[in-house]
Amino acid sequence: MKLTKRALMTGAALAVGLAATGVAAQDDVTKVGFVYVGPVGDGGWTYEHDQARQKVEEHFGDKVETVYVESVPEGPDSERVMTQMALDGADLIFTTSFGYMDPTINVAKKFPDVKFEHATGYKTADNVSVYSARFYEGRAVQGTIAGHMTESNVIGYIGSYPIPEVIRGINAAYIHAKKVNPDVEFKIVWAFTWIDPAKEADAAKVLIEQGADVILQHTDSTAPLAAAQEAGGIIGFGQASDMAEYKPSPRVSSIIDNWAPYYIDRVQAVMDGTWESKNTWDGIAPGMVEIGEITDAVPEEVKAEALALKESIASGEYHPFTGPLKKQDGSDWLAEGETADDGTLAGMNFYVEGIQGEIPQ
Amino acid sequence: MDLSSIDPVLLIASLMVAATAVMIAAIGELIAERAGVLNLGVEGMMITGAICGFAMAVQTGSPTIGFLAAAAGGALLSLLFAFLTQVALANQVASGLALTLFGLGLSSLLGQDYQGIKPPSTPRIDIPVLTDLPAVGRIVFGHDLMVYFGLALVAATWAFLKYTRAGLVLRSVGENHDAAHALGYKVVRIRVMAIAFGGACAGLGGAYISLVRVPQWTEGMTAGIGWIALALVVFASWKPWRVLLGAYLFGGVTVLQLNLQAAGIAIPVEYLSMSPYIITIVVLVIMSADKSRAPASLGRIFHATH
Amino acid sequence: MVTLEKRPQPSRIVAWSTPFMAVLATMIAGGLLFAALGEDPLVAIRTIFWDPLFGQHAFFYRPQLLVKGAPLILIAIGLSLGFRAGIWNIGAEGQYILGAICGAGMGLAFYPAEGWFIFPLMVMAGALGGLVWAMIPGLLKVRFGTNEILVSLMLVYVAEQLLASMSLGLLKNPQGFGFPGSRNLQQYPSAHNAELIAGTGMHWGVAAALIAVIFAYVLLTRHQLGYHIRLTGEAPRAAKFAGIAPARLVLFCLGISGAFAGLAGMFEVSGPAGQVSIDFNTGYGFTAIIVAFLGRLHPVGILLAGLLMALTYIGGEIAQSSLGLPAAAIQMFQGMLLFFLLAVDVLTSYRLRFGKREAA
Repeated sequence: MKLTKRALMTGAALAVGLAATGVAAQDDVTKVGFVYVGPVGDGGWTYEHDQARQKVEEHFGDKVETVYVESVPEGPDSERVMTQMALDGADLIFTTSFGYMDPTINVAKKFPDVKFEHATGYKTADNVSVYSARFYEGRAVQGTIAGHMTESNVIGYIGSYPIPEVIRGINAAYIHAKKVNPDVEFKIVWAFTWIDPAKEADAAKVLIEQGADVILQHTDSTAPLAAAQEAGGIIGFGQASDMAEYKPSPRVSSIIDNWAPYYIDRVQAVMDGTWESKNTWDGIAPGMVEIGEITDAVPEEVKAEALALKESIASGEYHPFTGPLKKQDGSDWLAEGETADDGTLAGMNFYVEGIQGEIPQ
Repeated sequence: MDLSSIDPVLLIASLMVAATAVMIAAIGELIAERAGVLNLGVEGMMITGAICGFAMAVQTGSPTIGFLAAAAGGALLSLLFAFLTQVALANQVASGLALTLFGLGLSSLLGQDYQGIKPPSTPRIDIPVLTDLPAVGRIVFGHDLMVYFGLALVAATWAFLKYTRAGLVLRSVGENHDAAHALGYKVVRIRVMAIAFGGACAGLGGAYISLVRVPQWTEGMTAGIGWIALALVVFASWKPWRVLLGAYLFGGVTVLQLNLQAAGIAIPVEYLSMSPYIITIVVLVIMSADKSRAPASLGRIFHATH
Repeated sequence: MVTLEKRPQPSRIVAWSTPFMAVLATMIAGGLLFAALGEDPLVAIRTIFWDPLFGQHAFFYRPQLLVKGAPLILIAIGLSLGFRAGIWNIGAEGQYILGAICGAGMGLAFYPAEGWFIFPLMVMAGALGGLVWAMIPGLLKVRFGTNEILVSLMLVYVAEQLLASMSLGLLKNPQGFGFPGSRNLQQYPSAHNAELIAGTGMHWGVAAALIAVIFAYVLLTRHQLGYHIRLTGEAPRAAKFAGIAPARLVLFCLGISGAFAGLAGMFEVSGPAGQVSIDFNTGYGFTAIIVAFLGRLHPVGILLAGLLMALTYIGGEIAQSSLGLPAAAIQMFQGMLLFFLLAVDVLTSYRLRFGKREAA
């Protein structure tokens, strides 16, 4: 048992106020912790993180040990869970919700030798990296398909909370739908929840009743797709996970959060001793944002166009936010050929020109 | 930004669907409370029903069996509460809360293998001519069977409480258990049955969500609807028809606020979402002037001393 | 046939021993559950109950017990006074939220000024927030006779919506890149409810919880008001004859439980949690009701029950990460513990009789 060794070390750690732990890094097995905000069975956000965790295990086999705690409330509970993982000898800890930001920074201060990776936040430290995905790149592809597919020219959009990530998605989808179909109109409903199947179903039904025949969702359950199927003749997209059970229609494509390549990469870096704090915001190119299969419900030429857009985004040739673009109030945002900087995108709190309605405050 | 995109017929039709789950669960709780039992475990029983119904429907391919299993699951879980409160004489508030905690855990354990599966679909009534009638057709004839079951349940509960002897006995137990006991009624037995009925209804309500309204299984998918059912019973001042009214009102507020949003009208969502609860409080205050107050023995422990 | 027979007097020995019986029963039933999930039951039970207290990292977990237990204890103490008098405030969750909003709002109103007076003002605002929220069911009960159980419960949902609105609007961190949630009070020294002694977990909220335990104990055993509370709960008629004004008692009990819950919210938001956010409340207000009953509505009992609850939370997390048990199993385990604790309480006032009951 490693118990005695650890006990000695923690004794020392206590003496210096926890500062010296994380020493278990010398073990030949790299221990990786995951803190989840939802249950692994949510079929969306947490589910995909856990899929990536399993891929890490598959990839490294015996060289890695992963642990996770699910449904951890943001705040002091998450801080305790992280500390506990660090004490138990984790070398690397992924904290997978925005609300874990300050707790991650707090715990990281106490364990300088443990590496932390915080998803979707903006605070870094020597041993804290942040990572997030450019989901809006996928939204651009969705918008293109949606713009072509809609016959009523009304596209419904179910938002979760009015935060920059969601607003970015709405804008990216709108810009590209408009590009291929100038008559398109967006109807936006805020659910004020990330996952609440009944409410999402209601929202989808309302949008359909008001004439939408394409539903985009930024909430995590399959309820909107089920509602689309029941209504008939409506299409939608998988969100966070592929939602393949609704293929070929209503689910005509999807945005999949694929964290596995990044996780494997970061675990490898810890093993090699090359881990450095960085700020990663990856999109389609490295595979963090995946476009799920575009089904045959989509005409061939639309599919080709969508895939071409995906390719040009992946190659860096095209940026989904390229001028000329105006803000909703008509003021200039991006000049001809200009692309949006990451700072503006990260804090995006406005609609682009053409979208009706206000962002709730 | 035009209201013309809101179709009142569809609005009514969809609020009927949105209201069904909470209505069925609330009717169950109403019977339990009329018998003097306050069971705060509705959420736990609903979610347990949701997974029991979902799992059985998937296994057998029959939504009907699913709904039966949901009722059985909810009733079974409620017997745990019945044991605690009627046999072990534990406090009902605490027992109900514990039941919810237990039910949430149990359901997610049971549901581990049922993620990402589509259940068999529950057929919707479609009577060629009637359903196509303008306006009325869609509202009256275009739903799945559970919507009608819910309405029938309200009517049956009303008739039961008002016209049957058993209903009278149930109410007397809820009003004054000592007197009911003195008259020779089996207070504990009646209450256990009322609790089990409440559990079965909560289970059905939960299954309506997982099999019809959504249809899928996700952990914690009832997302607080059980608590709304509790509010509804109070709002209804323990009268079945008012449960129906309240469920439509609560469902209506939800559907309406989504409709207004979709129509591009800026509304403060949070404040609209609190309105049903504030209305319930107002109703409570108004009601206190009226005779229709809570069953007198609600939440009180009964033990036959002789 | 087993029947219950009322004891002439509640048994003290049984009262003290039943909680241990319940914990033991939970270990057996929970052990079966864990075994069914393919875990070694002994290891699982040891991980939950033993490791946080005496395991190798106990130096970290023991203070955490205080951090996790303090809000539960503080709220439960307030609730227990009302429960004893038959006044049912089950909306502590809402009062907790209001305390946090008011407390944090008061602090943030001064941002970025520093001053010794800010924290005390926040404490007052937090207590007042909870108190006012609890006064709504209180005044409605006194004035109109409405049921306080239901009104206080309804107000929880109202408070939750208010919290979402505050996190997205008024209290949103202007430098937070548009994300919901307020500024972090941990980074605002005058408003930070820091640990009083580093590494002990002792913050003002823990101190307040301990003071509340002593206060409730003295009130109930030494003070006339405590006598009134007990009398009203045990013999409402006699209380009336004794000239106790029920309205004032209702207001007092709801007020104090609201103020305590508000304080708990305020200490939590300014200390361990740090910020007002949409998911700030994690059910302490409801769990505290269970804690109050587990503690048999006795101040010392509540202290122990709160720590026991905290232990199962912390031990449960350890079991998840080190044994890979699903969170659902832990939740069920906690549910079982509560069931058993509630079920055995009957033995304090009743004894089991075997054999047929003779006709009355």
